[in-house]
Amino acid sequence: MLRVIEQDTEKLIEKIIENYPEKTKKERKKHLIYNDPECTSSICQIKSNVKSRPGVMTSRGCAYAGSKGVVWGPIKDMIHISHGPVGCGQYSWWSRRNYYTGKTGINAFGAMHITSDFQENDIVFGGDKKLEQLCREIREIFPLAKGISIQCECPVGLIGDDIESVARKMTKELGIPVIPVRCEGFRGISQSLGHHIANDSIRDWVLGKVKGILEKETPYDVLILGDYNISGEAWSSRKILEEMGLRVIAQIPGDCTLNELTNMPRPKLILVHCYRSTNYIARYLEENFGIPWMEYNFFGPTKIYESMRKIAKRFDDKIVEQTERVIERYKPLMDSVIEQYRPRLEGKRVMLYVGGLRPRHIVGAYEDLGMVVVATGYEFAHRDDYERTYPELPKNSLIYDDPPHYELENFADALKPDLVGSGIKEKYVYHKMGIPFRQMHSWDYSGPYHGFDGFPVFARDMDMAVNNPSWKLIRRKGR
Amino acid sequence: MKVQDHVKLYRREDYEKLFRDKREFECPYSEEEVKKVDEYTKTEEYKEKNFNRKALTINPAKACQPLGAVLCALGFKDTMPFVHGSQGCVAYFRSHLSRHFKEPVPAVSTSMTEDAAVFGGLSNMIEGLENAYALYKPKMFAISTTCMAEVIGDDLNAFIKKAKQQGIIPEDLPTPYANTPSFTGSHINGYDAMLKGILSYATQGLRTIKGEKINLILGFDTYSGNYREIRRMLNLMEVPHIILADISDSLDSPNYGDYEMYPGGTSLEELKDSINSKATIALQKYSTLKTGEFIKESWGQSFVNIPYPVGIRNTDLFIDTVKELTGKEIPQELIEERGRVVDAIIDSYAYIHGKRFALIGDPDLLLGLLSFILELGGIPVHIVCTNGDEDFEREAYEILKREPLFGSEGKVYIKKDMWHLRSLLFTEPVDLLIGNSYCKALWKDTGIPLIRVGFPIFDRHHMHRYPILGYQGALNLLTLMVNTVLDELDRETKDSPSFDVIR
Repeated sequence: MLRVIEQDTEKLIEKIIENYPEKTKKERKKHLIYNDPECTSSICQIKSNVKSRPGVMTSRGCAYAGSKGVVWGPIKDMIHISHGPVGCGQYSWWSRRNYYTGKTGINAFGAMHITSDFQENDIVFGGDKKLEQLCREIREIFPLAKGISIQCECPVGLIGDDIESVARKMTKELGIPVIPVRCEGFRGISQSLGHHIANDSIRDWVLGKVKGILEKETPYDVLILGDYNISGEAWSSRKILEEMGLRVIAQIPGDCTLNELTNMPRPKLILVHCYRSTNYIARYLEENFGIPWMEYNFFGPTKIYESMRKIAKRFDDKIVEQTERVIERYKPLMDSVIEQYRPRLEGKRVMLYVGGLRPRHIVGAYEDLGMVVVATGYEFAHRDDYERTYPELPKNSLIYDDPPHYELENFADALKPDLVGSGIKEKYVYHKMGIPFRQMHSWDYSGPYHGFDGFPVFARDMDMAVNNPSWKLIRRKGR
Repeated sequence: MKVQDHVKLYRREDYEKLFRDKREFECPYSEEEVKKVDEYTKTEEYKEKNFNRKALTINPAKACQPLGAVLCALGFKDTMPFVHGSQGCVAYFRSHLSRHFKEPVPAVSTSMTEDAAVFGGLSNMIEGLENAYALYKPKMFAISTTCMAEVIGDDLNAFIKKAKQQGIIPEDLPTPYANTPSFTGSHINGYDAMLKGILSYATQGLRTIKGEKINLILGFDTYSGNYREIRRMLNLMEVPHIILADISDSLDSPNYGDYEMYPGGTSLEELKDSINSKATIALQKYSTLKTGEFIKESWGQSFVNIPYPVGIRNTDLFIDTVKELTGKEIPQELIEERGRVVDAIIDSYAYIHGKRFALIGDPDLLLGLLSFILELGGIPVHIVCTNGDEDFEREAYEILKREPLFGSEGKVYIKKDMWHLRSLLFTEPVDLLIGNSYCKALWKDTGIPLIRVGFPIFDRHHMHRYPILGYQGALNLLTLMVNTVLDELDRETKDSPSFDVIR
């Protein structure tokens, strides 16, 4: 069924970009479209994955954020060195909510800030000697760390340090893998290249290099790839897969161990959650080990049932039948969530602006609650992400790529959404505007939102944001 | 329907089982091994190793220079913090400050990438200024740098000149700038450099006319309540004043249902006028070193550095300094306020007296807190300052010596981090810990109650809206401290006859 929103999105776009200087206007125009799911021509394609214009106030981060903050950071039994000055590690410390089990500082190191804290001398004379010493000290101070990754910050690449040879030397000397990651913040144009670099470093420095243990293989072995376990939701997804009769031999990278990384070439099927940040390694595993991969979406019952059935089809009848039984078991609960919350949220208009997969993946969950996504977009998506997005959205909905603050604020003013879902940098702007808001990177310190255990939380939180009485307290100036 | 979120879910048996089963694939160390190492990290032997670290920094209590520069810039009206370098840095500064203040934080980046690393960031600077000016219409750009721009050696001054020559932004648009390399100093130095940059730019070529006003600089101070409290006290004393880099309205603005990008800050008129003031009082020293030099040398203005007015003695000093500089009398209201807060302290001292404290934070904050703890009869034991230098160390010991009965045990650790403090807390336990939100990891490991003071405070709401400066600030801190002790006492006695209702 083709869903249509009545809004003149094209005209709106024209109006918003008027204020840009000529060059930026020309460029930004290509990053804004109104959705036409049926259009196959290239004019309906949004431009993406190019440099943000300087000075526009982009929300984007950097390659370091994509590697240390996203892909490597959650590997819990390794130490991830923020190699360079103190700031990057400080600002990305314990902030992403990629949950894990284990004792922090003893056998798990997620919520920590480990840095070489570069000083002027390190810039002038190079940081390699310090890095060696630092790796040795890690071995002493954290004897149970299973490995080390070196997450480069900007200066490292600029001063020409040879962290690869430090890594090789230290791997030998310390007897644990030391992995160099060239994710200096100035590389690429967003977090996205950091994901890619991190994927490549797993390929080059873990696979085939680090020995792991997996006692046996079964025909039902799967691997979760690209779930960051934000507020523990890789667990709520894992639970579903296990109930379906599958065996999750690794959960990457949320709550992941080095050993699980080494299990990467062993499953029968790879289940890709965040396509954007992990498709590189998935393709590599497919090409080199012949392991198939597929994407899935566990947001909201409609998509959960759909994904479960799609996954089950890859296995035998036993799994297919068991999957139906699981769906049957949870359906009454899901229906009761919808019954409770849908009347309170029906027809509410949602504007989204998030990262890797959520701008399209959560659309279904909103629709389960009767809400309409009128605008969505990504910080760092590529063409293939947008191609996956068009069919998920109603016709005429607005799609923006890397919209600066200026655009978001003005689009919100014009579209008058009932709810905005975006990040911490956006949150308080909308609070000031009196528009209900939820952070959709961290789930606003709530969650999980995936899976059967997540959907009730999602519904509760969206209802809370939209229907909290405090919005009514705002007295507009001059009234 | 009772919805269970992450708080309850992962304690449920189904998840407990999931965690147990997952271990099969984790290849984990045995529980005994983990326990053994855990215990080992609490020993003297481990502490010695820990303090022997030369290259490794673990959980430091400091951020980098441009964060301070951005905070400073936000203290001026209609000013856009403009950071030349990689864009990820600005995303981080904005997130970090928003998480603390629960407020929007505007700032732009010149988004330098590989090509800028090779060719320099001139075109990024020029386009950045053009775009930001067109979109956000600031009346001033406060320009700072990330380490990328510093390493490749971009010439800020030349770049900005060029942008103006090309007519990208108006010639008369103020564009103060500061070099803020993140590989020297910390956020407090970035604040200092930016403030000096702004003051020198804004008053360039202006002649000093000695006026009646007093300038106030709070330093890297993340309590919006502090700015309001200082202003209130000065108003009570009827002292005409200019608060420089006043973030109170820009980072704690009223909700009128409209977003305003520049809701407050020191106005550009006040900024220019600050050169005419009779004197400048800085409430912090280590975040105003360069600015102070500048004011003394270039403006020829008297620059008075007083200790951060935390506690009664330091607030007295502040008020006396203002009185001395202006000849204004201390109003009855402040005298009464002081009396009430002293009375409150006397009512509560029994719960603070003899309590042993560990503290971690910025140097000026620590000096202020030390002074206050000694007034209450508390015993500072571990004083850790990641971004402190030898001067700070000496000053801290001087304060400790003022009250030998309470201060003699105190030991000051400069350039140390929270992992050092962890060892200290295990080998020499204390009763109370004072620090920022990240210290909750120490609370978790040691069980020592945490009193959240400093920056950042992410996990408790609105604390920055309540002053910690002045008499009112002393009362707020006292209340926080004594009630933390009392909460702890209830927890400790809840299964004993000592579980009293009156304390």
